[in-house]
Amino acid sequence: MDKMPRWADVFLVPLISLTIAFLISGMVILGIGQNPVEAMRVMVTGALGSSYGWGYTLYYATNFMFTGLAVSVAFHASLFNIGCEGQATLGGLGVALVCLLIPWPHWSMALAAAMVASIAFGAAWAAIPAWLQAKRGSHIVITTIMFNFIAAALLNYILVNVLRPVGSMDPASARFPATTNLPELGAMLNAVGIPFAKGTPANISLLIALVCAVAVWVLLWHTKVGYEIRSFGKSQKAAQYAGINPVRITMVAMLISGGLAGMMAINTVQGEANRLLLNSVEGAGFIGIAVALMGRNHPFGVVLASLLFGFLYQGGAELALWTKIPRELITVIQGLVILFTGALDYMVRKPVEAMFVRFRGAR
Amino acid sequence: MNKPALQGAGGRQATAAPFAIELRGISKAFGPVQANRDINFAVPMGTIHGIIGENGAGKSTLMSILYGFYKADAGQIFINGKQTAIPDSQSAIRAGIGMVFQHFKLVQNFTVLENVILGAEDGALLATSLTKARKVLMNLSSEYELDVHPDALVEDLSVGHQQRVEILKALYRQADILILDEPTGVLTPEEADHLFRILRGLRDQGKTIMLITHKLREIMETTDNVSVMRRGTMVGTVKTAETDPAALAELMVGRKVLLEVAKGPATPGKVVLSVHDLRVRDEHGVERLKGVSFDIRAGEILGIAGVAGNGQSQLLEALGGIARATGQITLNGVELPLSGSGANGRARRAAGIAHVPEDRQALGLIMDFPAWENVAFGYHTSPEYQKNALILDNAAIKAETVAKMERYDVRPPIPGLSAKSFSGGNQQKIVVAREIDRNPDLLLIGQPTRGVDIGAIEFIHKQIVALRDAGKAILLVSVELDEIMSLSDRIAVMFDGHIMGTADPKTTDERALGLLMAGIAGEAA
Amino acid sequence: MDFPTVIQMLDSTVRLATPLLLACLAGLFSERAGIFDIGLEGKMLVSAFASAAFAVMSGSVWIGLAAGIAASVLLAVIHGVASITFRGNQLISGVALNFLASGLTVLLSQSWFGLGGRTPSMEGAARFDEITLPYANALKDVPVFGPIYHDLISGHTILVYVALALVPLTAWVLYSTRFGLRLRAVGENPAAVDTAGVSVVAIRYAAVLIAGVLCGLAGAYLASLAAQFGREMTAGRGYIALAALIFAKWRPWYALMACLLFGFLDAVAIRFQNIDLGVFVIPVQFTQALPYIITVVILAGFVGKAIPPRAGGEPYVKER
Repeated sequence: MDKMPRWADVFLVPLISLTIAFLISGMVILGIGQNPVEAMRVMVTGALGSSYGWGYTLYYATNFMFTGLAVSVAFHASLFNIGCEGQATLGGLGVALVCLLIPWPHWSMALAAAMVASIAFGAAWAAIPAWLQAKRGSHIVITTIMFNFIAAALLNYILVNVLRPVGSMDPASARFPATTNLPELGAMLNAVGIPFAKGTPANISLLIALVCAVAVWVLLWHTKVGYEIRSFGKSQKAAQYAGINPVRITMVAMLISGGLAGMMAINTVQGEANRLLLNSVEGAGFIGIAVALMGRNHPFGVVLASLLFGFLYQGGAELALWTKIPRELITVIQGLVILFTGALDYMVRKPVEAMFVRFRGAR
Repeated sequence: MNKPALQGAGGRQATAAPFAIELRGISKAFGPVQANRDINFAVPMGTIHGIIGENGAGKSTLMSILYGFYKADAGQIFINGKQTAIPDSQSAIRAGIGMVFQHFKLVQNFTVLENVILGAEDGALLATSLTKARKVLMNLSSEYELDVHPDALVEDLSVGHQQRVEILKALYRQADILILDEPTGVLTPEEADHLFRILRGLRDQGKTIMLITHKLREIMETTDNVSVMRRGTMVGTVKTAETDPAALAELMVGRKVLLEVAKGPATPGKVVLSVHDLRVRDEHGVERLKGVSFDIRAGEILGIAGVAGNGQSQLLEALGGIARATGQITLNGVELPLSGSGANGRARRAAGIAHVPEDRQALGLIMDFPAWENVAFGYHTSPEYQKNALILDNAAIKAETVAKMERYDVRPPIPGLSAKSFSGGNQQKIVVAREIDRNPDLLLIGQPTRGVDIGAIEFIHKQIVALRDAGKAILLVSVELDEIMSLSDRIAVMFDGHIMGTADPKTTDERALGLLMAGIAGEAA
Repeated sequence: MDFPTVIQMLDSTVRLATPLLLACLAGLFSERAGIFDIGLEGKMLVSAFASAAFAVMSGSVWIGLAAGIAASVLLAVIHGVASITFRGNQLISGVALNFLASGLTVLLSQSWFGLGGRTPSMEGAARFDEITLPYANALKDVPVFGPIYHDLISGHTILVYVALALVPLTAWVLYSTRFGLRLRAVGENPAAVDTAGVSVVAIRYAAVLIAGVLCGLAGAYLASLAAQFGREMTAGRGYIALAALIFAKWRPWYALMACLLFGFLDAVAIRFQNIDLGVFVIPVQFTQALPYIITVVILAGFVGKAIPPRAGGEPYVKER
């Protein structure tokens, strides 16, 4: 018998975890002598109160959608991909190479090529840890963490020694040609008559991310590959009974995951910065973990959780701007969310289960 | 019937001394399952006492209660005449009880010495414990022929030697009572003989030993007294010298009501499956299937009888493509690859073998998936389930699930309900429906009615017979003798990785099969 | 490279290796008992902050040290509760606590001191002093031996010597005491310990607490060395310590060698930037990435097998 109804499992438990995380954060804010309610107000108005704020919120949310989808696909195969940071970094490299080396007549062609490149580079960076796990049993968590650091060093080297324009002191690539610049979300919405602020970093990548969410949903629940990924994640033994090849499915899941993480670079590198920077990824890979956990590894949940974290991110920036609360508060909230939805899930789940069992028994 | 010449156990007579162990009225239930029901028996001091019974008879539960893992729901335990409460392993150890587990509780990369002193160290520094233990171990080793090097790493020892370390652990803690749970499962015959020499030596020094086993030969050769358990109750305790294997087999297996299956005579056709010298090793490299050969014809049910753990699972896994094997498997004249990339579940299904696994919850179903996704399990690449090259036709799978649920009377007939929400019988019906509806040439089916209610049992049996009458070959593995006897057209009994013998269900009986199941080779009717 | 430079490099190596060694030993206790700990980074960070903050506020480095240990132990306890009592995913717990540490340290630092995330400088009694070993000054001019003794061996702060002493101490605890035997057993086969009547939970909590204390030392050392806390000052050292632990196959003396090696690589990267070998140039980024690359190679099993404690990462559920 299912101990609690699906809606409780999918919505209620994460909601309670989120509430606990927020309450504790509120106490932290109080502890440093600030007003949590006021903090909330600043965050909401700054992130959601104007289309300008929304522009930033949606831009950040796009990043998290990509990395959240990446982590969740791997999670379905029971693989913990902490390497999205590195995979997104490599994705950025792919985007930069494509945008800098080939003269594109139109942004749509540059975008298509950048997508291919970012997926390929991201997937390639995930392939080695995946192969080591599948064939040699090396723990994928440790290898992906190591690969994050190796990616950072690699990027550093390439930016300083290869892609840095002559005469520049910045560890960054040259600006991409204007023909590769992606259309802004604001401009797109204005073109169809919806008023939206211009000059925000939200761009067409948001639509790509949403399409990816749908694609992941189709993949996981409507294709053979997705069926195998989910079966393997639930029970390796049963998957073997069904004839599913464990090495192949591990590789496939991680390549898809790496590719999705790589695509995040389209939003940041091509969509916003228009060049490759040292910190393009800036922790989005790790926030992807929080987003996947909160969204219960379902693409729809991931999109919602991404919006939440986009709000937190932009709200945090506003907080730093208008109050004495540093933006690191967001990192604290992030940590608490991961703690309660991930590691302490049992602590929330058991009382809720008990409540439902008692409620059902009493009827 | 010939009484085989048996070595008598010739142990000590029970004296007026108190019993080493006495259990009165012990009962233990797990939910609706009554694992132990009002157990009463007594073990005299300085004897080897056997506990025999089939799987699920309740032996392990009883021993777990004695060792403090479970608390009995009712009843008392008397150790050496004194009522003793055993709420945890510490108390059991203090009461002088030592347990040698079927699955060893050893730290693989520790030495023998370190494993022995773990938890029984003398003080915070190891040096004194190690020297003392070394001396004790050398004495014990020579006294009981235990012959284990104290500095050897456990992972380098043979299974037989590892078991001796377990015994040493108990002896080091001054156990007067030793419980051994199915000790010879992983031993070679020579190692088993050596073990029993050791046990007899311990007994002669005044220790009391309880030996849990399903192997009649061990009982007859080693024990002084034997208690038989069946379905949670103790059905009798006898002096080994005053009984014989046949009588014990009858007690063990019992006279149950045969579930009559309406079944016409078989008309076997050509040979569908031919197995030759099939061997399987487990993950520790121990050979579990030791070279079996047999044929199955079209329109025939071959029933494999035997107590669980004698190689039947490995046989099913080898045929189903889950385990690597050596030997030969030929299906409809085509030899199937036994290793490499062609030896997997998908290839076997494509060749025409369907498999209802013994453990439906671990292998046959994904418990968290809804019923309809489980109906496609193993067959998700079949053309009829594809909408196009990329997308699965979920609607088609759901429609087929509805049809199957109706045909096989699965309740409740809700395709979207997760597998774990169905009762055992209905879960099994889903798996059976999936596999039988594939119209396979060969159906492998293991423990088809384990955990299944009476109504579903009847239904599943009917389906199996119908498949046979349609001219298919069926390999049935079951620990339930009456199921084997009522369904099979031919019976083969497995023991210790071999086929001990074959029988005709029309002319054999439980007693004869029970003997074969317990390892006594000889006539089978 | 001349002799004084070599001495200087080795001196830097020791200083850079010390926090790695302390964190590595912390991870050793925890993982040998079966609790994966990727939260070494976070524990070091909170300790660095707490020790710097309290040292400055109280003027005493020892109060700072105590505060650092307390902060690290607090995080360790949370990890223990999540992993042992609630049987949660140990890796997720570690990741979460690292984030928490990252955010909380800057948050509190900014709130208390308003210096943009860093703490005020630690001076005088708020910092660890360099310890001059006996006769170091007298022997300074003795050829070869003098500089080695004066510059390399003498002149470190106390936590360096503590860290070095902890290596044989850890080895002794692990291999010569009852607690060490039980701890190693719990990480390999908790059922063996449980059936012997010993509490698996108690041992695991003890291991986690020890890890907390040692990370506390690591963080306090970092802060004192830099004379302040700065945001993210651990800079990935917790992960390098984890890499060293795997490289060292979870053994104390190998851990010392691994940490010295990684410390040396760090010193080389700082001192030399790109290394010109004539035929080609080793970029500094490669030297920086080398510890991580080595770890992956080890994990891939190409250089001997790195077998972690068998029961590592698995919550213990009594098998019934």
